[in-house]
Amino acid sequence: MMTALLEPCMVIAVLLNFYILSVSRLKMLIVVVAIQGVILGLMYPIVHQGFAPTAEAGLDLIPLVRLLALTIAIIAIKGSLIPVMLNRAVLLADIRSTVTSVIGFVPSLLIGGVGAAIVFVFAQQLPVSPDHHSPLLIPTSLTTVLTGFLILVTRREALAQVLGYIVMENGIFIFGLLLIEAVPILVELGVVLDLFVGVFVMGIIVHHVSRAFPEASTEHLASLKEL
Amino acid sequence: MMLLLIILVPTVLSGLAMVVPWNQWRPLLIPLAATLHLGLVITTLSGGETSAFDRWLAIDPLNRVFLLAISCIYLLCALYAPGYLWARANRSNRVLCGCVLLFLGVTSLVCLSHHLGLMWVAMETTTLVTAPCIYFNHNARALEATWKYLLIGSVGIALALLGSFFLAYAMIQAGSESTLLFDELVEHSHKISHPWLHAAFILLVVGYGTKMGLAPMHTWKPDAYGEAPGMIGALLAGVLTSVAFLCVLRFFHIAHIAHEDRFAQRILVFFGLLSMGTAAVFMARQKDIKRCLAYSSVEHMGMLAFGIGLGGMAVGGSLLHVFHNGICKVALFLAAGNIHRAYGSKSTDEVTGVIRRLPISGVVLLAGFFAITGSPLFGPFVSEFQILNGAFEAGKPALGLCFLLFLLLVFFGMGNTLVNCAFGPLPEEGTTTQFSDRFSVVFPLLLAIGLTVLLGVWTPEPLPAWITDAQQFLQRSPAE
Repeated sequence: MMTALLEPCMVIAVLLNFYILSVSRLKMLIVVVAIQGVILGLMYPIVHQGFAPTAEAGLDLIPLVRLLALTIAIIAIKGSLIPVMLNRAVLLADIRSTVTSVIGFVPSLLIGGVGAAIVFVFAQQLPVSPDHHSPLLIPTSLTTVLTGFLILVTRREALAQVLGYIVMENGIFIFGLLLIEAVPILVELGVVLDLFVGVFVMGIIVHHVSRAFPEASTEHLASLKEL
Repeated sequence: MMLLLIILVPTVLSGLAMVVPWNQWRPLLIPLAATLHLGLVITTLSGGETSAFDRWLAIDPLNRVFLLAISCIYLLCALYAPGYLWARANRSNRVLCGCVLLFLGVTSLVCLSHHLGLMWVAMETTTLVTAPCIYFNHNARALEATWKYLLIGSVGIALALLGSFFLAYAMIQAGSESTLLFDELVEHSHKISHPWLHAAFILLVVGYGTKMGLAPMHTWKPDAYGEAPGMIGALLAGVLTSVAFLCVLRFFHIAHIAHEDRFAQRILVFFGLLSMGTAAVFMARQKDIKRCLAYSSVEHMGMLAFGIGLGGMAVGGSLLHVFHNGICKVALFLAAGNIHRAYGSKSTDEVTGVIRRLPISGVVLLAGFFAITGSPLFGPFVSEFQILNGAFEAGKPALGLCFLLFLLLVFFGMGNTLVNCAFGPLPEEGTTTQFSDRFSVVFPLLLAIGLTVLLGVWTPEPLPAWITDAQQFLQRSPAE
């Protein structure tokens, strides 16, 4: 039952990756990344359900409340706090509303597609525990990491690079779903918190970048290099 | 309690620095924290508590060496802080002092943590607390350096997280209870899933190697070291990169117990030689003093990885080199900082005649150059020689010759930059600032270079014994 819910989520996450690679409007990019974040937040309780034999343990309220609280926290941070903050940065810093790519959108989509295919084949080679939920989980995670990385290295705008970083962290989060039992709450919170602080600091920097240079494009950040 | 104090004392003082309103007195908190920290470290290491919080924090033969190293190196930088910040009284140092103090707390946490997740969180925090320090000068170049540092550092640390997850999954795969505590990971790692371990090890070396500044993930280094104040450069090159190296060693240890040491060694030798080669290439004709030192840091991180990759006695050489490299880098970066202050430039086009303009900083810069390139009589010679010896002893003369070749290239490249600015004509009157070799900005340099010379002729007890212990700890034969 759980797999039936989980797999559509993962398919959507992968499709969103391709969409992320093709979006050229910054605001749209922020929205799409936020949607992906919300989907991850929804996957979290589904996977957790899969692990916990609720029928035997009976109705224990405390883990349930904890689970709900964490889910809400993840969705709130990934789905609303971060996008709101980034949108504020766009407004305050008067950043250009289009994203440009060093290699163009079609080539980056192509690389993303080929990369995803390779990842799906590669993931077949890795030994997988029989008891975990879906064979899609590992390739979805790695594809998302790859997408984030691609955005990070090919987009010129500072904010788009921040979004690439967030997508990368999303991919890592999906892999983390495999380890819910192993990773204690500290690490779960650490992931979300670090993401938040990282983006917060990056947001401040973007603000400084845009005050120092118009359009907050990292092309202006090119005076430090070897001759 | 002692272990917690080592982390808490600098953290609390950092909070204090953020609320102290006096710009002039605030920098004094840094040497205070460093002295207290070294005192606490020595007390703890000479027979205090060895673990806390269910072994989430613990002292073992490996991190004992690193804890002592970072505490000593930090103290040398801390002694320089007040003199430097008084020379820059026109600028608020609140954020810098707070971050530098917090930096000591979180790097100690990285050292002490025996938990994969905790170590990762602490390492990520080091990126966040050092970024404002790099941006201290608040100009466009500093901003660019900070941006690159944050972005590359965060990506590196994100890959390290993925690697940590892979490692945890490799344990689940093996059917053993999944855990993130190092002691348990090491204990169970002989039955770990090998494909996942391979993937995890590569990601972890790339991730933490980014923080170390191994090539090709070193690109943040010349920018960050070039634009940050000299003191921050010294802290990054001496303390931050050393604790990142400790993280890499933790995973090397796990790979060793899992009978994967050949695989792990090959990867470390590859990154080590690549870093040394990259540094040698970029140091040739380098016109910027601080960037030149940054590449020297890339080179020495390569040496550390190379030594571990060789195995045998080279491992001890690498561990000793953490001290020698760190202390010598402090001397070099602080001297470069003084030169930058005095000339208002760090390019060899404008910086000439340093020996006459700043006699003490100039001599320290030259001596530091000879020391770091492995000239006899200085500390780094001892450890570099041990690594080289290890290469021949391990029956890998080709690797040993590569190591020698890169050392030679670096000597010429670095010499070309640093010797040129040490000698040559004095700049014209009026083109330099009023800054001069005052006692407060010179004695930490002299202390650091003095220590470098001392370590070249005599390694104080109990350091040799501790290094041997750490080496045996890393090379302990697998349980089964």
